[in-house]
Amino acid sequence: MKLRFTPIMALLGFLFLYGPIVSLVVYSFNKSKLVTVWGGWSTKWYAELFANEQIISAALLSLKIGVIAASVATVLGTMMAMVLVRFKRVRGKSLMSGMITGPLVMPDVIIGLSLLLLFVAMEALLGWPSGRGLTTILIAHITFCMAFVTVVVQSRLSDMDDAIEEAALDLGASPTRVFFDITLPMITPALISGWLLAFTLSLDDLVISSFVSGPGATTLPMVIFSKVRLGVSPDINALASLIVLVVSIGIIVSALLMRKKR
Amino acid sequence: MSEHILAAETKPWREAAAKPFVRVKNITKKFGDLAAVDDVSLDIYQGELFCLLGGSGCGKSTLLRMLAGFETPTSGSIEIDGQDMTGVAANLRPTNMMFQNYALFPHMNVEKNVAYGLLREGVPKGEAMQRVAKMLDLVKLDGFASRKPHQLSGGQQQRVALARALIKQPKLLLLDEPLGALDKKLREETQFELIRIQEDLGVTFIVVTHDQEEAMTLSTRIGVMDAGKIVQIGEPRQIYETPDSKYVADFIGSVNIFDGEVDVAAPDLMRINTAEGPVVCEPLAGLTARQKLHVAVRPERIKLSRQPVEAANTMRGMVQEVAYMGNLSVYRVQLAGGQFVRVTAANGLHDENPISWDEEVYIGWSAAASTVLTQ
Amino acid sequence: MSGKNFRRRFVIAVPNLWLILFFMIPFLVVLKISLSEPRIAIPPYSPLWEWVNGNLKFNINFENYSYMWEDSLYINAYISSIKIALISTLLALLIGYPMAYYIARSPEPRRSILLLLVVLPFWTSFLLRVYAWIGILKTNGILNAVLLWAGIIDEPLIIMQTDVAVYIGIVYTYLPFLILPLYANLVKLDDTLLEASRDLGASRISSFFRITLPLSMPGIIAGSMLVFIPVIGEFVIPTLLGGPDTLMIGKVLWGEYFSNRDWPVASAVAIVMLIIMIIPIMVLRSAQNKGAEI
Repeated sequence: MKLRFTPIMALLGFLFLYGPIVSLVVYSFNKSKLVTVWGGWSTKWYAELFANEQIISAALLSLKIGVIAASVATVLGTMMAMVLVRFKRVRGKSLMSGMITGPLVMPDVIIGLSLLLLFVAMEALLGWPSGRGLTTILIAHITFCMAFVTVVVQSRLSDMDDAIEEAALDLGASPTRVFFDITLPMITPALISGWLLAFTLSLDDLVISSFVSGPGATTLPMVIFSKVRLGVSPDINALASLIVLVVSIGIIVSALLMRKKR
Repeated sequence: MSEHILAAETKPWREAAAKPFVRVKNITKKFGDLAAVDDVSLDIYQGELFCLLGGSGCGKSTLLRMLAGFETPTSGSIEIDGQDMTGVAANLRPTNMMFQNYALFPHMNVEKNVAYGLLREGVPKGEAMQRVAKMLDLVKLDGFASRKPHQLSGGQQQRVALARALIKQPKLLLLDEPLGALDKKLREETQFELIRIQEDLGVTFIVVTHDQEEAMTLSTRIGVMDAGKIVQIGEPRQIYETPDSKYVADFIGSVNIFDGEVDVAAPDLMRINTAEGPVVCEPLAGLTARQKLHVAVRPERIKLSRQPVEAANTMRGMVQEVAYMGNLSVYRVQLAGGQFVRVTAANGLHDENPISWDEEVYIGWSAAASTVLTQ
Repeated sequence: MSGKNFRRRFVIAVPNLWLILFFMIPFLVVLKISLSEPRIAIPPYSPLWEWVNGNLKFNINFENYSYMWEDSLYINAYISSIKIALISTLLALLIGYPMAYYIARSPEPRRSILLLLVVLPFWTSFLLRVYAWIGILKTNGILNAVLLWAGIIDEPLIIMQTDVAVYIGIVYTYLPFLILPLYANLVKLDDTLLEASRDLGASRISSFFRITLPLSMPGIIAGSMLVFIPVIGEFVIPTLLGGPDTLMIGKVLWGEYFSNRDWPVASAVAIVMLIIMIIPIMVLRSAQNKGAEI
């Protein structure tokens, strides 16, 4: 009986998952602004989107933040993963492991508020960070993104056969050499997924950015949020469709690359 | 053949004055409360092919890893070629290891794998590649230099692992179950390859294995381990023919064990009373009357016949099972008192009426074939 | 040797110091501010200690907490948040478990494709996916249009700005978080255990409830906690899809900071939220230790 029940539930589940995305894309081409009226196919909302300077500059800022935050988070997250999995005789490993789990489950409002209050207190005490903006957003994003990178890299490291690293040691390589010659090449796929994960999370973050941002640093999610609070806005549909397109292409390309590797 | 002095020929362990190459002194390794290696002391001589033999969990791999530097001993010391190596890190030791699953670097080709150790030593690239080519020739892998590990068969991967370890000319080569992943035929061929390479290069090998046939074929000497301790060290022949204990006798090859107690322990006669009757053995000193012990008899030393056998020890029984193995047959005979005895006999060319099930037979063996085991 | 030691210490120190400074210490700051009073100043709260008339005065008071306790808004918001989180988690489990099960039992290449399909929405913007539901659920939205056209209803359903919309939004966006750890657990399940169960006479359904379900517990717990804990503090979904009477503590905290500019109360709200979440976080940690993978 399970044989028939599960596939149906799975199908319904996937329809549920993709229905809204499809509706977003379809309505980005609706000439009419109203959802109940189909005004014909049009790409005018895409034109409006690209003419909207506020959105474009916010998008560029978010991309910039995403790239920097993801890169730093990948380095820090990988270091943490190495400590948790490969380093022997480290005291307080379970505390560290608990600390890295925090950002994974903590609600954004708490992370956002707490970081903002820290920045304010630091500014009062040390004079830095002076005002809030790009720097504070970067710090905030790096902090919660590195936790995700750690999880991804940790998983790959513990699956790896450490006999290979031992073999390199045995042949005379110093531990640092072993990391760069052997470990790094072998965890590269995990590093890439970790980076992409961090990048996506950073790009998508609304709440934390809202708390720690300042004048002049408006990210894309912040712009989108202020628009959609007022209701449906088709240029946002256009933006959404573009993002879905880029992501789908990205995923298909990476899936094909993985296929080829095998 | 080889310009090195073969330890297999000179047998340095037989001389009291010989200086050991590897000296393991009272090594203990504890994980929590459990002692994986328990107060082991061992001397190994240069040029030996020494095997650590035992079942899983006996501590042989842990001992090997301590020699390589991947585990630090809880107590005790390790000396290699006169130098104390106890605290030295793995990458600074003059030892190299061949791992059980080979541990080849998957993202490097064969040439780069084998060259890795040389490059870490600082050997210039050109010279390193020359030596790699020579080594690949030695292990019969010339032509495979640009292949990646996943493109090689198990046997080929194993030779790359061996080449990679040997090219650094280590003082000591440690091999962890080197033939475990190979099928039987390949295993036999590779065993002789290993011996040939070892004698050619004169490197001291320490091999860990659970396969007693492998240990018997390869070794100059065997160290049998059980529960973290070494229970017997000796040349293969000694271990096989004069095992120290029931454990060793049982572990190496198949053996028949009779439990009994001393009846007569005189310089010219040694007789043990067992449930199956008296068994005559070679005289052994230091035994007391009625001392409980075991007698071990190897299956191939027992003669089997429909007619009464002339021997120091004779018994009667009924054949319960016959296994025809081609070159020999294995018989399972139940004796009068209920004990089962295993007898192997070579099959003659034209055996027209071979002994079969449910036949009454006589078995017999000499006093020399009875080994007395006090533990 | 000291070079090696330094490198090792460096690698341990850098990420941990970063986390301590930018993750742990902020909580202490929040705690401290929750114990202060609001002031017309920059920053808008009283400092921990200050000199008043030549005397050192400590400003620690629990006013904010008693204020929260007395105003039923806060208590109701906490209770409502937990309730919404619980129900959403259950709903997500009901939908997500069969999906995870189906994917785990699928042969390759179907399995990889399905996994890709589950993960793809996760990579598109969370905000935009919630936005999609606005167009669908509003009174003159797609859902009502379809249902009215099909004659299934006479009057448009009011879903938007109710709790129902919030549930839909939460389950929709958090579903991948539940499916992935659950899948990771189910895919490791040994088929031969089920075969043994059938061989011993159990029916398929019985085998599922007696063998598969209990063995997938670590995955269920991990997936559920990855939904339950963050949802308690959710802000975006209740703001975009919920109404004025959708009480969630995330909304309240945001309002206290952005609208009321009351930093001390916002901090107190956060501290209480953290205290509430300690137990589910400990449940998650113990599931992780039992081998559940996130």
